[in-house]
Amino acid sequence: MPTLGADMTKGTLIKWLVKTGEHVERGDVIAEVETDKADLEIEVFEAGIVERFLVEEGASVPVGTPLAIIASATGHPAPPAAAPSAGKDRVLAEPSERPTVAGPRRSHPRATPTARILATRLNLDLGAVPGSGVGGDITRADVERAAAASRAAPGGRGRASPRARRLALELGVSLETVRGTGIDGAVTGDDVQSAAKRPSIPGEPVPPQKGPVARRGPIAALMERSNREIPHYYLSLDIDVSATLEWLTGENTGKPVAERILFPALLLRAVAIAAAQVPGLNGYWQDGGFEPAADVNVGFAISLRGGGLVAPALMRVDQAGVTAVMANLRDLVTRSRSGRLKASELTSGTITVTSLGDLGVDNVFGLIFPPQVALVGFGRVRERPWAESGMLAVRRVITATLAADHRASDGHRGGLFLAAVEHALKEPTTL
Amino acid sequence: MTPEKARQLVMDALHRVAPEIDLAAVSPGDDLREQLDIDSMDILNVMIDLSEKAGCNIDDEDYGNMETLGQCVDFLVANAP
Repeated sequence: MPTLGADMTKGTLIKWLVKTGEHVERGDVIAEVETDKADLEIEVFEAGIVERFLVEEGASVPVGTPLAIIASATGHPAPPAAAPSAGKDRVLAEPSERPTVAGPRRSHPRATPTARILATRLNLDLGAVPGSGVGGDITRADVERAAAASRAAPGGRGRASPRARRLALELGVSLETVRGTGIDGAVTGDDVQSAAKRPSIPGEPVPPQKGPVARRGPIAALMERSNREIPHYYLSLDIDVSATLEWLTGENTGKPVAERILFPALLLRAVAIAAAQVPGLNGYWQDGGFEPAADVNVGFAISLRGGGLVAPALMRVDQAGVTAVMANLRDLVTRSRSGRLKASELTSGTITVTSLGDLGVDNVFGLIFPPQVALVGFGRVRERPWAESGMLAVRRVITATLAADHRASDGHRGGLFLAAVEHALKEPTTL
Repeated sequence: MTPEKARQLVMDALHRVAPEIDLAAVSPGDDLREQLDIDSMDILNVMIDLSEKAGCNIDDEDYGNMETLGQCVDFLVANAP
């Protein structure tokens, strides 16, 4: 079970799309997997013959669990399929350290001995405690903080573990109605899950299965981590895009609707070109250091209908033309909203773009998607009084913002980057 | 194109991008972007759908005259064969 984002701990195998004995090539889609975030297609990392399935349809397994055995063409069994093997996948594969509910192998979060003892005494689930120690270890102070937070949390007089509170929120279960089986009758995460599975009494609201709140869970955890771990700095630049938009109108005139290019495709190209030029913003913060990425895979933040957010990546945008980027973007948005993303698309982003222009906002000051180190935001295009060369004119202007990780780059680099974005946007024929 | 046929095409196209919306509750004068919470990518998909099914081209400049259900229907009635 590959990890499909730093926040994923388990996945449910919905369906095998190949049969045993079938030949598969690297990159073939072999299974459908359901996560809290979306339904995804899993690609195979090795070519060979599907020898045996290790996970049955319908089973929910922790990240890292081998899904199938694939025999290589030479007859020797290759490493288990779909396990993150090398390169970028390895970089992104974060071992699941939280206890998973369904998996038989319960992994334990790393915590100091005193933290562990205190957590047991307070009936706190360590899996729901954010660690601030060396390498993300949970310290005694973390446990005390979490305990204080759970006491202060509204919506429940009775005792409940943080995981129980989180699950209750996600599953739409009222904690007051759950009978606790923990120490002193405290409600545990498992209690909440059993309560959610019971048939609901007619007239009571049905707990949403994958509604907006459930989808909020993973993104909430990821953004919490981003804000906790990444020292963000922010820069912004107003860019006159009048000439670029005129060029775009000319390009689109007379073309069938399906072949037209939307402005966001130009923004993605400009960001990719700038990211390839200016070092320090395209890649990952990993193990205390910055690892630049060879390609520029631009993640694009896409809001899902009914709530939630995904940021799947468009591959190698630095090397593709704007027509190809537009076609891929349209395909990606459509598939994101219908829940048909490929697993690799959720893990390969090296920098992210968020464009909120449709909503009428001017600036976006975003949070970086860990382990990436930069997020570029665009607001709406608006008419502004624009002074240039001693003349005042009305121009169409967009504000580009950069949220960057101060561990990987500084304001000087960030400034160069935004200037490169402006330069690229103003030369639309090179996009 | 008849208004009934045009209305059906628009409803079908909107349903594809916003399947959970009760389109019967959308009145002809409502702004579709606001009412349905759809963005420029959804609009593009609606326009592609309409131009292919109705067999007429829709220019970027026409989008301004297609902001409500009623306007979309009127446009197709006037422009589609």
